Amino acid sequence: MISPAVLLNVKEASRQFGGIRALTDVSIQLRTGELIGLIGPNGAGKTTLFNLLTGVYEPSRGEITLNGQSIGGKKPYQICHKGAARTFQNIRLFGEMTVAENIKIAYTQHAKYSIWSSFFRLPGYLRGEKEIEEKTDELLAIFRLSEHKDEKAKNLSYGAQRRLEIARALAARPKLLLLDEPAAGMNPNETRELMNLIRWIREEFDLTILLIEHDMSLVMGVCDRIYVLDQGKLIAEGTPDRIRNNRAVIEAYLGQEA
Amino acid sequence: MPILRKLGTFWTFLASSFVIYGVIQLLISTNAIGDVAKTTIIMIGINIILTVSLNLINGITGQFSLGHAGFMSVGAYVSAIMTLDFNVPFPLALLIGGTAAAASGAIIGIPTLRLKGDYLAIATLGFGEIIRIIFLNTEYVGGAAGLSGIPNKTTWLWLFLFTLLSVIMIQNFIRSKHGRACIAIRENEIAAEAMGINTTTYKVIAFMIGAFFAGIAGGLSAHFFYVISPSSFGFMKSFEILLMVVLGGLGSTSGAILGAIVITLLFTALAEMPELRMIIYSASLVLMMIFRPGGLLGTKEVTLSFLKKKEGNPHDIASRSA
Amino acid sequence: MDYHIQQLINGISVGSIYALIALGYTMVYGIIKLINFAHGDVFMVGGFVGLFSTQILEKFLPPVPMFLAALIISMLFSAVLGVLIERLAYRPLRGASRIAVLITAVGMSFLLEYVMMAIVGPQAKGYPGIIAKKTFHLYGEIQIDSNQIMILAATIVLMLVLVYIVHKTKTGKAMRAVSFDMEAARLMGINVDRTISATFAIGSSLAAAAGVIFGMTYSSIDPLMGIMPGLKAFVAAVLGGIGSIPGALVGGLLLGTIETEVSANGFSTWRDGVAFLVLILILIFRPSGIFGKNIREKV
Repeated sequence: MISPAVLLNVKEASRQFGGIRALTDVSIQLRTGELIGLIGPNGAGKTTLFNLLTGVYEPSRGEITLNGQSIGGKKPYQICHKGAARTFQNIRLFGEMTVAENIKIAYTQHAKYSIWSSFFRLPGYLRGEKEIEEKTDELLAIFRLSEHKDEKAKNLSYGAQRRLEIARALAARPKLLLLDEPAAGMNPNETRELMNLIRWIREEFDLTILLIEHDMSLVMGVCDRIYVLDQGKLIAEGTPDRIRNNRAVIEAYLGQEA
Repeated sequence: MPILRKLGTFWTFLASSFVIYGVIQLLISTNAIGDVAKTTIIMIGINIILTVSLNLINGITGQFSLGHAGFMSVGAYVSAIMTLDFNVPFPLALLIGGTAAAASGAIIGIPTLRLKGDYLAIATLGFGEIIRIIFLNTEYVGGAAGLSGIPNKTTWLWLFLFTLLSVIMIQNFIRSKHGRACIAIRENEIAAEAMGINTTTYKVIAFMIGAFFAGIAGGLSAHFFYVISPSSFGFMKSFEILLMVVLGGLGSTSGAILGAIVITLLFTALAEMPELRMIIYSASLVLMMIFRPGGLLGTKEVTLSFLKKKEGNPHDIASRSA
Repeated sequence: MDYHIQQLINGISVGSIYALIALGYTMVYGIIKLINFAHGDVFMVGGFVGLFSTQILEKFLPPVPMFLAALIISMLFSAVLGVLIERLAYRPLRGASRIAVLITAVGMSFLLEYVMMAIVGPQAKGYPGIIAKKTFHLYGEIQIDSNQIMILAATIVLMLVLVYIVHKTKTGKAMRAVSFDMEAARLMGINVDRTISATFAIGSSLAAAAGVIFGMTYSSIDPLMGIMPGLKAFVAAVLGGIGSIPGALVGGLLLGTIETEVSANGFSTWRDGVAFLVLILILIFRPSGIFGKNIREKV
């Protein structure tokens, strides 16, 4: 980690749905290069926060800035262009498209050629497609998906689908990567592999990562810092060690167990 | 290598198209085929443009539009006015008609953007009807009687050229990053947005391109049948086009072409029995949705590589769970 | 002022027919989220069955009982038809995509129309006027004729019966439960299939009643007569809030009134366009309609 500049600044973000306060006055900061965990019992508002950060919802109150630019209330595709990409809790791949095509989608914003160019396969199109093809092949190799390149995404194994979703998000060349429960449904082996992958991509792609997870071994194992949400509010923040022993956190989780 | 294989398919397609052109041109010049056959061939061409363009909106982008005949009518009327009242050369009149249709595509696409599934379908149906009613009430275009005496400019050559161009352009669009964006919208709109696709813009673009080519088809039709009236562009027409696309397989360009050919032939064969024809159309549609929702080709395209493809169920859009 | 009240009366008459048809749309959509495109054609079939019944019964019965008998026969027949359509065309597609079901419904609609056309021919058939048409002067320039009274009476009676069924019977409760949450209702032991069939049956019988009434009022019916009223009734259902029974009633009456106003003000050739314009406006500005509620997709 070189520069400690703040990449993502969330100030007192709140989100209400009718009478339900999903998030209240949540403030978090991510410095460039950090790997931050977001944990909390079910229904704490973690995915809601992600949805605020990625433009799915508008914040009812509060400010969100990415790299100094305000992104609160912007549309998802605009936020993606500004450098944030995400994966989803329930995998959202383009099922009928091939593995390669899923990744190519994220390059749409980068390889610029016009619709006219595509109608008549002008040089701009050919150049653009070549670039997309090359970059896609690189990413496929990194994520060990090359052999599945022309398979439909819906036919992949669960683990491969999760890898594909992460690969796709990286194709968008984000500065901030948001992973929503990437280890869901994985066994301990797969989880360990995922941990290595996450650490590796942080280095390799120069990323800042925010991660929602329920799997404590993963969170404690890779995260620099952790934020804890409960019932829409931030109840703790700190290093894994501090969080592990934090009374409020323990109570929040224990309180969940029937 | 995949690129070579794709080229192989394309040049084969082009070559066989020219062969078809030559053969039919010969048949026409030597009067070897009668009027009915010639009309059927022209209609096949027009229907191919209609289905391939509707497929772009419904099958590729997943925006269910039931008002395609409306776009066709805009192209038909505008191009006819151009040749009748302003003596515009035929190909230019067609393009102007297409452009007008594209504009109507934008007008319809923009407000209906956030509607999904059934609601979008009904809204587009509504718009198609509104267009028809506007023409019905506009004296300048003949009101209920429509326009007649439209010069017969649609020769086999023009029809062939426009059909070929339409298919190539639309297929090229689909196989580009823009086409992929549209497919992504169909597959998972939320994920597409998250990956940087401006779904709003692309949906409108899909409508506009689909409408443009429907307008071209309308212009070609007007200049062949030399009479047009609002009643020829009602929901029935939209239904026919839909049937052709669904039969061939929603999402597949080759399927759309196949569907157009099959239904047009059926149409001609049953021309004397319009009620029976409609019964067959509608019964086929219902049965197909129940037993083979993917249509004949599903989302598969006809390529040379089909010889090497492995077996599997037709992947189709229509049968997936909501 | 009198003029407007007259238009209101005319509008409510037309609107009642839309309302009766709209009820079927709204109940079916509420329970299985399907736009039953073929519903307008059940209206048409109902009209024809009423016609045939009348032609047979008029030899045996005096006018009023004959009318009621024809109405009931038509409603029963259409109820069965509705259940059959659901069983044959929609049930096999329960798990399929919305597009597939919509396409099927469209196909079903055309099928009904053209089969009927093959049976009776495309020309319109005359409908016997059961009750001699009399006009009553209310006050000033305002009139109401016997047909309009009949429409109003029939609609009110049928609405009351419907409300009774929906709120006071087990079937009605089951219908409401399944509309709310199909899986939960199934877990509670409700026979979902049978409930759906009942919904189709009730909706179809109401449409049939509308068909008979329509035939009597306008004195003629033809195989394609269900298309426009069907579409307009759907618009009415959306206007009132699709899935809401009071919504269908209010939507139907409202649409009928708006249409009549537009027509009376000299725009009669635009009359059909009104419904579609209303539809577009509603879908853009308030898709949940007057009584409906918004549902969000979970991310």
